[in-house]
Parts: sequence; structure tokens; C-alpha cells
Amino acid sequence: MAIALKLTSKRRLWTFHGGIHVPDEKSLSNTQAIESPPLAQRLYVPLQQHIGAPARPLIELGARVLKGQMIAEPSGFISAPVHAPSSGRLIAIEEHPVPHPSGLAALCAVIATDGEDTWAELPPPLTDYPQLDAALIRERILWAGVVGMGGASFPTNVKLTPGTDRKIQTLVINGAECEPYISCDDRLMRERAGHVLEGVRIMHHLLGVRAVMIGIEDNKPEAIEAMRLALAETDMHDYTEILPIPTLYPSGGEKQLIRILTGKEVPTSGIPAQIGIVCQNVGTAAAVADAVLLGRPLISRVVTVSGRSIARPSNVEVPVGTPAEHLISHCGGYRETPRKLVCGGPMMGFELRSAEVPITKATNCLLALTPEESPSPEPALACIRCGRCAEVCPAKLLPQQMYWYARSKDLDRIQDYNLFDCIECGCCAQVCPSHIPLVQYYRYAKTEIWAREKDRRKSELARARHAAKQARLERQEQERQARLRKQKEALETPKAADPEGEDPKKALIEAARRRAAAKKAVTPPRQLTTDN
Amino acid sequence: MLAAILAIAALAAFFGLLLGYSAIRFRVEGDPIADQIDSLLPQTQCGQCGHPGCRPYAEALAKGEDDVNKCLPGGEALVLALSDLLGREPVAMEVKEKVPSVAMIDPTLCIGCTLCLQACPVDAIIGAAKQLHGVLIDECTGCELCLPPCPVQCIRMRPLTEDIPRWRWPYPGKQPSDTASPVPVRDAA
Repeated sequence: MAIALKLTSKRRLWTFHGGIHVPDEKSLSNTQAIESPPLAQRLYVPLQQHIGAPARPLIELGARVLKGQMIAEPSGFISAPVHAPSSGRLIAIEEHPVPHPSGLAALCAVIATDGEDTWAELPPPLTDYPQLDAALIRERILWAGVVGMGGASFPTNVKLTPGTDRKIQTLVINGAECEPYISCDDRLMRERAGHVLEGVRIMHHLLGVRAVMIGIEDNKPEAIEAMRLALAETDMHDYTEILPIPTLYPSGGEKQLIRILTGKEVPTSGIPAQIGIVCQNVGTAAAVADAVLLGRPLISRVVTVSGRSIARPSNVEVPVGTPAEHLISHCGGYRETPRKLVCGGPMMGFELRSAEVPITKATNCLLALTPEESPSPEPALACIRCGRCAEVCPAKLLPQQMYWYARSKDLDRIQDYNLFDCIECGCCAQVCPSHIPLVQYYRYAKTEIWAREKDRRKSELARARHAAKQARLERQEQERQARLRKQKEALETPKAADPEGEDPKKALIEAARRRAAAKKAVTPPRQLTTDN
Repeated sequence: MLAAILAIAALAAFFGLLLGYSAIRFRVEGDPIADQIDSLLPQTQCGQCGHPGCRPYAEALAKGEDDVNKCLPGGEALVLALSDLLGREPVAMEVKEKVPSVAMIDPTLCIGCTLCLQACPVDAIIGAAKQLHGVLIDECTGCELCLPPCPVQCIRMRPLTEDIPRWRWPYPGKQPSDTASPVPVRDAA
């Protein structure tokens, strides 16, 4: 197969349905090399930076922590540990605003850094990993707290552990970075291509796949070149391909990238592993290489700080937990007052309510947008049923139909239109001539359905518990009745066991008569005494 | 004439027997409508509808003996769902909806009398005589049935705080207007 691939110099690429061209704005930051800003005085490390169960804190308040020390352990199969991003003192575990569309607070470990950045004792590097047991390598990746760094933050070790019934044939590495402004993966590939490929090699070894495909959008020629050069220096070229793909939003979506590179479609509400594919981000590959080859946990990441309100748009590598305002001031602060601060890209990101929020393992971009860049949404007009939303939908859904049902809160019908296949890319809302905030409707419907499902489960539980209580009370009542009956029977048994077998009543009367006769014999007659 | 009457009478007798037989043969145990209603009710077992639990209210509704607007925890959404299921006119709720809450026992006041344990319809309070009681908040339905029996008033209802797992995206605020379109302004100009 490798030979066949080499013979066909240009590999066939497929296309996904829809998609739109958006101004990429990457030139603001993609010429800036990755830099390391000075350490923040306080790091707010959220205990949940991944999909799954939150991590359980391990360290006592006030204790000294070292860089790379585990401060919270995973609690469940789909969970990830959290490590101290720098040395210092753990001063609190408290609620602090986290990057989330709700703007709500969540539990964060607050570390007062000491500026020394002293490393904790790290596990030994596993440079000889091809000879090691795969379980050992997966354990290392779990220990390092590696999660998907493209945004979904799913624990990587779970994704690298396909069930025994599933054979994975292809590993897809996502270097598409299709959202406007973001350039962190671009810079990572340009500057650390070799390291990224090391991570890819480890994942290739773990999954035992036949082919690895690295998809990079063709608006990043330097990254493609850097990756090709790095690949030429390794022994991976007989199974690895670097594939430039046309720039079209959202080609970096997992399902879309798989479609472009392999022509296969992930089944509805399914995962790529069902069709023998695993997809990982380039940042995740670098984090896997850090964990396995250096024994370092995931405690920092590359973040793009951009937008025309930022004085000096940059790519920075920062410890997890660094407050966003610290990064913004490192990048020269604001050139002009931003209209809004966005976490993630302008298409799929969400507005931040405060600049205090920390960077997490999943934060790839901070945007401070000027009023020109993010004009206030025009008032929504009535849907004219033009169907352009359906033309651009990369998931081949019917956005217009889903809009009607979401608007009328018909949560059953909207699921018939596969609402949960929507990746919330925002293409439909972008092209809508009536400026209807379509994605907001889908997000509303999704969370509403989840909440309803949760309520239903809760009432199911309450019903079961109520029924159990009723059954218990009934059983206790029956037991009480049975006990009473037994006591009654116990009272009655001696009479029943009378040796003469006479009628008990008669026997009683007879006994009383005998007693009276005996009394008469001893005492004088009553009448006499009364006459006295 | 006579033949027609006989034929119709024979048919009527045949179908009558058939229906009578199937009523016995395919008899449905319980009340399926009451089951459907019961699955819609929130199962708080709070008794605020005036029935001793959700199931009795469902049965009363199935018999048409009560209104659809009696369930306070269910709120407006339940009134709509019930009137949809039963084909009745939705009736407005009499009392305002309550925020979802759970019971909380003040550990400094609780005397361990076990009265609340007996009152709780879903066994969400744990404890024993002369031991401090505690509420299992994941199981508590917020029915408030434990409040009246407490002799020292140490139980209070605490509203559930909104956290990230419970958070929902709001319904998009600005509704596009179907009727009043701003387009005619340009047409008029």
C-alpha cells in the first residue's frame, strides 16, 4: 500500500458538503514566533478541563507544590488529572470564573507562584516505547493529563484505547486550523514539526494503524513545508502523508476532515472509531510526545492572542491557569477598547464576560475584537425560506427546519432532524440573509433536551424510590400483623393444649366455682357480716 | 323485508358477541392513560396537588376528577403536556412556580427525632434515633414534606445554585417578527 501511495504522487481528496469562505485574518499573528511571557503571580487551575468527571484534589491547602506535580487525580474512566503548572504554594481551592459561555465560576486550584519554576520529580522518559507494553504508554498519557487540544478536550488516552472489537486502520492528524485568526497550531507545526511527528509516531505505535494522514489547510504553506522537511528526516514516510487541503471553513471539524482525507463519513451520532479512524489534533500529538519522551505532564499550551484591539497580536506558550488579562497585558494591552473578548475563534468561540478567566488545556485563542470586526448583530428578520443555510451546512442538515422546531420549542420533532449532528460551526447563521441567530437556537435546543433528559432520569429515580418505600412500609405492616397474630396464637395455645380436652370456658367456670366453695368453707356467710 | 331485519339482527348479534368476547379476552390490566400521565408527572410525591403522591393524582386525572393545573413542581410545561395528552383546555397555574430546591438540615439544631425520615416519600433523608440526620441532595425532590413534622424547625429549603453542568443556553432573545417586516419602509421610500 505504501508503494501504491508513493506512485500516485497526488492523492485524491474528497470534499464535504457545504462550507463557506471566511476572511482568515491569520496574518495578524502567524508571523509571530511562539514566545513565553513572564509567569503570572497567581495561577487559577480549573479542576475540570476535560469532558468527563472532574478531578479530585490531592494537595492540602497551603502546601508547597512543584511544577508538574499532580494536584488532582482523575475520578472515573473518562477523566483526566490536573498538574501544577509552576512551583509555588496552593493557597486556595475555590470558585473562580472559568472560560465557559455561561460566565459561571467553577472550582479552581489557586497557586501563588514563587517564580522559581522548580520541577517536581518526573517519571523516567520512555524513549524505548516501541519495545514497551502499550498499556504502560497509555498509563503514562493518562498520568500526564493529555486531553484533545483542538477544543473538545476529550481525554486522549481513552481515544487511544479503541475496544478490542474495533480495528483502527487510519490515524488522521488535524492540522487544518480552519477558524479565522487562530495560528497556534500553524506556529507549532512550523517551529516544532519534529516534536509533533514524534507524538504522531507514538500514537501510530499505540493504535497499530496502517496509514497516518496529516491534513493541513493550504493557507499555511510554511507549516506544510516544515512538516514535510521534518518527515523526510524520520523513518515514518512509508506510512505517513502530509496532505494540503483546500482552505474552506469548517474543514478542521473532525468529521469534515475525515471526509476530505478518506472520503468516508462518520455515521450519524457515531464516532470515527466506528469506521476505523481516530482523529487527533497536532497540539495533542506534541503533548503526547512531551508525556512519553520527556515524562512531562500537560501543563502549558500555545495560545494565539489576536484581534485588532490587541496592540501586538502574538502566539504565546503559557502555563495552564494563567489569567487572560495577564496575556493581554503581555501582548501590549488594548490598542482600542474591544467590543468583545472571545475565547476560541470568531465562528465557534464564545464571548468572555471577564478577563480574569484562566487559560485551560482547551483554550487555543483569545480574541479582542474591535466594533468593526464584530459589528452588533443586525435585527433578525423573518425567515424567507431561501435555503442557503442548507446549502452551506457541512453536516448535511436542514437548518431551516430545525430553526422552526427550536423556535416553537418542539424538542421531539427537532431530534428527527438530527439536531445532535450539528457541530455548531455557524455557517448557516453566517449566510442567513435574515440574520437569524440560528446556532443560538440549536444550542438552546440541545441544552434544553439534555436538561429534560436529566429531569426525566431524576423523576424515574424518585418514582423507583417512592415505590420502594411504599413496598417497605407494606412489608413492615404485614410483618407487624404477622407478629400480632403469632402473639395471639401463643396466648391461646395453653388452653388448646388442656390435657382433659374440655371446653376452656367450662373449665374456667368450674375453677371459679371451686374457688368460691373453698372460700365459703373458710369464711362465715356474707349476710352475717353485713348485718353486723 | 323480514330477510333484511333477520340479516341485520344476525349481524348485530355476531358483532355484539365478538366485541363482548374481545373485551374479556384482551382486557388491559390497570389504566394505560394513568400510566402515561404518571410518566409525565415529576414524581416529587409532594402531595401539593391534594393527592397522596403522583400516582393517585395521575389516576384522578385519568378519571377526569381533577384539573390539569394542580402540580406545582411540574409548572406550566406540565400543564401544557397534560392538556395535550388529555385533550383538555390548558388552565393557568394558580400559584407561581417555585425555584427547584432541596432540603437542608441544620446540623446544630437537629435532635435526631427521625420524624422527617418517616415523612420523606423517597427515603432521601438518612439517620437514626438520636443521630444527626442528613439529606441526600441527589435524591431529594424538594417536596417540603419534611418541613412540618420537624419539632425544632431545623430543615430549610435551599435553592439549587446554577452551576456549569446544569447551565442551559437561553432562548434567543430577539424574535424575528413574521408580520411587521422592516422591508416595506424601503419600498415606501
